[in-house]
Amino acid sequence: MKTEVKLPEIADNVVSGYLSRVLVQVGDVIEKDQSIIEIETDKAATDIPSPIGGEIVDIKVNKGDEIRVGQTILVVETEQVESDAKPASDKPQPEPEKQKPEPEKQKPLTVTPQPEEATPATSKLVPASPTVRRLARELGVDIAKVKGTGHAGRITDADVKAFTKQLINSSLPSTTTEYAEVPDFSQWGSVAFEPMSRIRQITAESTVRSWQTIPQVVQFDKADITGVEQFRQIHRTRVEKAGGKLTMTAILLKVSAMALREFPKFNASVDMKNRQIIYKDYVHIGIAVDTEQGLLVPVVRDVDKKSITALSAELNELAERARNRKLTSEEMQGGNFTISNLGGIGGTAFTPIVYPHQVAILGVSRSAMEQVYRDGEFVARNMLPLSLSYDHRLIDGADGARFLVWIAQALEQPLTMLL
Amino acid sequence: MDNRKEHELVVIGAGPGGYRAAFMAADLGLQVTLIDAQPNPGGVCLYRGCIPTKALLHLARVKEEAMKASAWGLTFQEPVIEREKVKAWKEGVIKQLTGGLGQLTKARKINYIQGWAKFTGPNTLLVKSKETEVFRFKQAIIATGVTPVKLPFVKEYTDRIMNAEIALELKTIPEKLLVIGGGYIGMESATIYRALGSEVSLVEVLSIVMPTMDKELTAVYLKQNKDLFKEQFFETRVTSLEEHDGKVIATMGAFKNNQLTGDPFTREYDAVLISAGMKPDTSALGLEEAGVEIDGSGFIRINEESRTNVPHIFAIGDVTGGALLAHKASYQGRIAAEVIAGKKAAFDARAIPAVVYTDPEIAVAGLSEQECQDQGIAYRSVKFPWAASGRAVANGDPAGLTKLIIEEDTDRILGAGIVGKGAGDLISEAVLGIEMAARVGDLAMSIHPHPTISETLMEAAELYLGHPVHVAPPRKK
Repeated sequence: MKTEVKLPEIADNVVSGYLSRVLVQVGDVIEKDQSIIEIETDKAATDIPSPIGGEIVDIKVNKGDEIRVGQTILVVETEQVESDAKPASDKPQPEPEKQKPEPEKQKPLTVTPQPEEATPATSKLVPASPTVRRLARELGVDIAKVKGTGHAGRITDADVKAFTKQLINSSLPSTTTEYAEVPDFSQWGSVAFEPMSRIRQITAESTVRSWQTIPQVVQFDKADITGVEQFRQIHRTRVEKAGGKLTMTAILLKVSAMALREFPKFNASVDMKNRQIIYKDYVHIGIAVDTEQGLLVPVVRDVDKKSITALSAELNELAERARNRKLTSEEMQGGNFTISNLGGIGGTAFTPIVYPHQVAILGVSRSAMEQVYRDGEFVARNMLPLSLSYDHRLIDGADGARFLVWIAQALEQPLTMLL
Repeated sequence: MDNRKEHELVVIGAGPGGYRAAFMAADLGLQVTLIDAQPNPGGVCLYRGCIPTKALLHLARVKEEAMKASAWGLTFQEPVIEREKVKAWKEGVIKQLTGGLGQLTKARKINYIQGWAKFTGPNTLLVKSKETEVFRFKQAIIATGVTPVKLPFVKEYTDRIMNAEIALELKTIPEKLLVIGGGYIGMESATIYRALGSEVSLVEVLSIVMPTMDKELTAVYLKQNKDLFKEQFFETRVTSLEEHDGKVIATMGAFKNNQLTGDPFTREYDAVLISAGMKPDTSALGLEEAGVEIDGSGFIRINEESRTNVPHIFAIGDVTGGALLAHKASYQGRIAAEVIAGKKAAFDARAIPAVVYTDPEIAVAGLSEQECQDQGIAYRSVKFPWAASGRAVANGDPAGLTKLIIEEDTDRILGAGIVGKGAGDLISEAVLGIEMAARVGDLAMSIHPHPTISETLMEAAELYLGHPVHVAPPRKK
């Protein structure tokens, strides 16, 4: 019996993904739960297991395709063979004389065999009038996904417009954005073309959106981490035993969490549409991770409630999975604040871009021994350059300076955090 | 070297699909060339199909009504049928309508060419009219329709061995006529000739007429047409037709499971009308040169934008298969023109109405019960008999039936079927309801004029809701 394997629900609010890898071939005999394809959604790559076992007789998708939940991925011949297996087409081939133009031969949606038509049966019944359906088509919106607010769930043109707006504002790159043509660079020399990966596209769209909507100010400071470095050396092995690595990032994570508790505005979001500020009673912090595929930002939950040891272990594990592209899209959502530590690479300072729906990001550069004038003399101190970009709509310059100074002091004198 | 003029859009075939596409495209600002063999747009529908048939069916209905009226106390004399005058009237209707389309074509500054076109490449057409020339075109729409299936033993059509188009020329009114094929064209043709005085018989390979139509509706039709045919042969196939001394000898035999089973027998008729289906004839179009693909039955493959596999060549209407209906072609024409003009349009109609213009008419729209079952949709159907409609009784037409198919979970109207006089005009309300996703209560709570047959739609809706006016409410479970 031939069974179609369809793309299952991957995660909440995820309706489609890009096929990054096909892990099987026609003719392969697969087992139940064996991974068949890898799907890139949002920023995560997920292996999709087969719900059944059997021989693959057809693969309906290609690398790079956008695949919707419910779309057929492949066809599997399962071992049970029904005695009267139906032919692939349930339509008997009419003989020429019988091809009567009966008017009742109606096909509600399609009029001829249309291979590309893969509309699920339910979408035929979407309660929307022809003009509303047309509007959705013009806006590039799948009407089946629009929630109707009209009588008995009927979809109005306002519903389609609201859905479209939401799509544009959501983290998914808008399909309707128009970009200017670039010049033909080949007139000046030879060029090569490479399609943008999903991660690159999303990063590009999201940074543009942030740049265009958030007026950003960058505050710089230097923290004396001579003490913190000693602390790191002393406790390194203890944390290693717990499965983590006592890095500067882990410490900064904890310090930032305490700062966010101290300065709730930095743990908030700006809602211009409703003219309100949304304060959050949880402290989830994103950590920018450099991977071969590009920038990924897993989010560590409830940082304020976890010990540095626990955070070290969690960071290790998240970074590992980010590099292996095993993060789920949920794991990259819900951050209130982000830390981007480029200290491992170098540099004296940089101006990070605030993530959409957050209000600040902490950039960390490479620490260095510097001469610091203290108590009447120059002393050698290990200084860590910090850059804080913040959303000036919500945060005033003085707040920004206070926040960063607080972090710097907390690194110098950790007990201040407990004051 | 290539100084031939490039045409922005060429529409080949000016039937209801082709002229709709041309008009829409012109209205959207495109330069349109429309090519058809006839002097004016209209195609088979206006010249040899829908319209002349309806003119003659109108006569048939007038006669039928007049005859029936004697039961109500109004007796006319036996009508005199003046064939030449009937023909002239029918020709007049065609001339008026196609002439009107010609005017509308001019008013839109569409370049109308009376001639034939053949692709010679993906962007070139050979056009034969007064002179032969080669066109370059940017985009094209193929709207060349279908032709009647020719039975293998018919060498050529004559005044006695006719297809439906020839039969409309009314060259004779045969005393005894055999109709081959009980599809809607056969049934409509039989209705016309019966009214013109012919004694009509039917032969059909299947076991029933109009096989795919809702059986409840055809049952009502058949009950009122018990004497339409002198003789009817079901599961029977004609194997030869011989013209002899002004007669046609038809040889036929029982036909089951795709083979002849019984001994052949013969009947003698004055004429035979063959309506054994339609097929696309694209052999002279040069589709291969253009690279346009057809399917196994010869229909051009298109997507929901009406685009063929060659992205700048579109096809609409009967030549693309599916339901062979003028109004479907017209809608596709509109869509294709919009797509060509850069709009995001696609064929997504939920209800393609279909009407058989017999007496009484049968009309359906939306999903049938069978389609609901096939698609696993939970539905309930309600039937309102016209015997409970004041107007239907007053019209002397109480045998009709109005049926609604309603989705159980949502109370949405998914389909409708009507059999009775004027069913074809009544069905449009259901089409609007289905397209607008109307619920049965919307239909029930829209005031319908009294007394009209349109009330039967409202009453059927009320019946579903449990409170009809003119029939007893369904018993409570």
